Order: sequence, then structure tokens, then C-alpha cells
Amino acid sequence: MENRSFYNEVLTEHNMRPDFKHDLPDANLVLEGVNPSCGDDIYLKLKVEGDTIVDGAFVGDGCAISQASADIMLGMIVGLPKDEALHLADCFIRMIKGTASEEEIEELDEAGALRDISHMPARVKCAVLGWHTLEEIFKNPEKARPKAD
Amino acid sequence: MLDLRKDFPILRGTDVVYLDSAATAQRPACVMEAERAFNDERNANPLRGLYAWSMEATEAYERARQTVADFVHARQPEEIVFTRNTTEGLNLIAYTWACTNLRPGDEVLVTVMEHHSNLLPWQMACERTGATLRFLECDQRGVFPEEAMRAAVTERTKLVCMGHVSNVFGRVNPVEKMAELAHSVGALMVCDAAQSAPHIALDVQKLGVDFLVFSGHKLCGPMGIGALWARMELLEDMPPFLRGGEMIEYVTRDSATWAEVPHKFEAGTVNASGAVGLEAAIRYLQTAGLETIESHVNALTERALKGMQALPHVHVIGSENAVEHSGILTFTVDGVHPHDIAAIFDSDRICIRAGHHCAQPLMKHLGVGSTARASIYLYNNEQDVDRFLESLATLRSRMGYGE
Repeated sequence: MENRSFYNEVLTEHNMRPDFKHDLPDANLVLEGVNPSCGDDIYLKLKVEGDTIVDGAFVGDGCAISQASADIMLGMIVGLPKDEALHLADCFIRMIKGTASEEEIEELDEAGALRDISHMPARVKCAVLGWHTLEEIFKNPEKARPKAD
Repeated sequence: MLDLRKDFPILRGTDVVYLDSAATAQRPACVMEAERAFNDERNANPLRGLYAWSMEATEAYERARQTVADFVHARQPEEIVFTRNTTEGLNLIAYTWACTNLRPGDEVLVTVMEHHSNLLPWQMACERTGATLRFLECDQRGVFPEEAMRAAVTERTKLVCMGHVSNVFGRVNPVEKMAELAHSVGALMVCDAAQSAPHIALDVQKLGVDFLVFSGHKLCGPMGIGALWARMELLEDMPPFLRGGEMIEYVTRDSATWAEVPHKFEAGTVNASGAVGLEAAIRYLQTAGLETIESHVNALTERALKGMQALPHVHVIGSENAVEHSGILTFTVDGVHPHDIAAIFDSDRICIRAGHHCAQPLMKHLGVGSTARASIYLYNNEQDVDRFLESLATLRSRMGYGE
């Protein structure tokens, strides 16, 4: 098949067929992440037991880069202790800013497919939206407690 | 068809297709030349004319004011206040007229389709004075039903603010009718002409408004220069906006009296070369003829709209009739986020806008998150439209959708 895809296949696939884009009713940490420049708006939902992220999902909408990045992120962090997830977030954000080492990018595994975004300054905020929201959740978990209806 | 591309240095010898004129228009060589001539031949601080260059600078600046006054059919040039842009003009009205005259219980009526710059100043003025902000809603096609207009104006309404042409729909709004309704209850009418000034011959007398503002850069002029028109008696009564140099008559240690209108509203050294550039842009549009420009824009809009309507996953916002778009085509593509649409167009060297178009309440009202927008102006041609349509047709397959 002729490859006419604008973004690479990893990104396109995660955008079109996301694994983690659904509600998570038993999430105990939920935070909205907004990128006003292009209107990406997601809710990151995590179920954390002790220090471990046992489940996670996101809902909302946004551009392909924001959606694929959040989906890839969840595939990597579900099952991880909080600190390891935050370490990956730090590596990812630095990769997008162009300051991560090759070893760190290797650690990012599938998320490394987004490394070219570092050459698209207008899209940096899209790429880091999910990861930045993850950092915010753990920085201030009190603000991320779902309110009882 | 007009063939004006050659007049625009940025468009010469490039294959870039520029379809973002509703954000800012390109500038013809004559505008740059007018600014260059001012800077090279008579640059001095105007309004302090004690030597030849300064007198010439003053003369050039005031001649530009006369040209703008004629452009909008003002009664006298003093009714024109030069500003940086539309946003500054609207803030000037909000900080001076609105903050001085609004009282608790008064109502300010804005429409839901306003650009943020015709909304936030009124939010501020209402917050400061205790007045209430009310909204006039439009339907999904961007039309204001007449009953809704009548119902929205009450005896408490003191100010009505409406864009002449929406930067999302491109449709010409019923400003004349609205001004009539506003005046019937003693309210004043503000018209944001940022999107209409490049397309429609403005006549403040016919529109019947009390304030009208526009930017130079959207009608092929320089950035950083715009104009506010208001009726003389309003300008006379309004307090100054910014205070400082060039706007005083007499100053003591603890008081001051103000210079005559319009200088009362033009504090500090003015953007004289910008005003001269704006004058050149207005003359350029007048030479081409605003009606000729509009029929050129409408013909291209028709071609684009037809092509878009033929694509199953493309949805154009607003009228199905090309002449009701003022060259503005806001659209969505199923399954492709506007930011990705813009990125793919950019890779094809086509410039379009994506996002909320500084009209978030409208986007919410229409139930869309964000949209893409192509806008057509006098230098565009059929090849531009065809390149746009070609890219648009391949968007979904390039995002991985099998068609």
C-alpha cells in the first residue's frame, strides 16, 4: 500500500484506534488538561492503589498528536509505580523540547515515535498535553479527586 | 477576474497559497512605498511642527485622517481617532464612554458571535459599573431572527455591540436594523467593522451607528494602525483614554485640561508612518474598487464552496450561498482535528487558520470544539482555490482513513 499518511503510522494508528480512550468509572484521580491554542481538551482518569497506577483512560477531544500521545502514554504507565510514570513524563517532555538523551528516548519506547514533534514548535503543547496532565495530577492530587455527583 | 497578485511582493515568485486574509491581509508594494517615503523624506514627530520635516509629517498624518474620514463617510476628519487596531478602539470606548456612563441596572447587549475583542471590554465595563451583560443569540447558520433582536433590546439597554461581519460566518449582520432598535430605547450602537472594512464600502451615516472601529492590517495596510470613528458630540463628552504627551492643553502640578478631539485620544507619539500606510491601502482598495473586489472574492468563494460541498466529509459553517460569506469559509472535516487540517495544508504550502477564531462562546453555541477557516481576498485566484480543494480532498486519506 502506498504510504500517503501525513503523520507516522504509530501516531495515526493511536489516533484512529485508541486503546485507552474511554470512561473509567472507578478512577480515583481525574484532571482536565486544556491546550487553548488548538482547543485540545482531555480528562485524564487514573485508578491509583497505594503508589501504583492500576488502571487509566482518557476522554475528550483534540488533534491527532494530542490524542495519540495520551493513548501511548497510558499504554506505558498503567501498571507502573507513580515515580516511574513521572520519570517517563519527564523524559518525554524533555524529548519534545529537544533536550533528552538517546538513552532516555529509547526508554520511552513507543512514545519515541513522537520525537519529530520537537521540530514542530506549534505542536509541542499538543504532544505534551497528556503527560503534563499526568504531572499535574500527582503534583496536586487533592485537586484531582473526582467530586461526588 | 482581478489579477492583482503582482502588486504584492510577498506573493511574487512563490507557490504559497495564502488563504488567511481574515486574520491579516498581505500588503501591496504601494503601502510599503508610502511608509518608506514617509520615513526617508519627512520623518519627524508630528503635531510639534516648528520645522519643515515636522510640518510635513503633521500634514501627512492629518491627510491620512481625512482619507479615513472619507472612507467611512464621517462628517469631519476630527471624528477619526487613530488607534493600534480594532481591539484598542473597542477598549477605548469601554474605558471611556462605557465606564463613565453605565450604571448598575443598565444593560449592555452583545451578540454571541462576537470576536473576543468585542466581548471582553464589555465584560470589564460591566464588572466595573455594575451593569449587566446580555447576549443576542444567532441560529446555527449565523442569522439573527428579527424577533430575537427586538426582544433583546429593553428600556434598560444602554449600549449594543455588534460585529458588521462575523470572522466565523462571514455573513453581513443587520447593523442598520440593530442601530435603529438601539436608538429606539435611547441606547448607543457600537459596530466592529474589522471584517467588513476590507470588503464593504462603509458609511457610518447609513449604518446609523454611534461608534465604528476597524484595523488597517486587514485591508492591506500596516499592522499597528487602526481607526475609531464616533460622532463628534460623543467624543467631546468622553474622558481621555490614555494620558500623557500630545493629548493636553494645559498642565499644572495636580491637574490638566485636554487637547481638542481627536488629539485628546491620541496620547504619546503617534504611528504616523502607519497612518500614511493605511491611507495608501485605502487608496489601493478604492482604485481597484470595493465592488470589483467583492465580485472577485464572491466568484472565488463560489468556486471553493461548490468544491467543498461536493466532498462528503467536509462541513461548511454558515450560509450555503457564497455571496453571504465575505470570502470566509469556516469548516470541519469528519475525523480530522482542525489543527491537523492546518498542519497538512501547511505541508502543501497553503496557509489557513485553525482553532476557535477568538470566538469561544460562539463555538460553544454552535456545538463545535474548534474549526478550520480559509479566507479569500483580492489577490487570490482560481489556482489558489483549486490547490486548496485538492489538498482538502486528500486530507482524510492522509490521516489514515481508507475512503
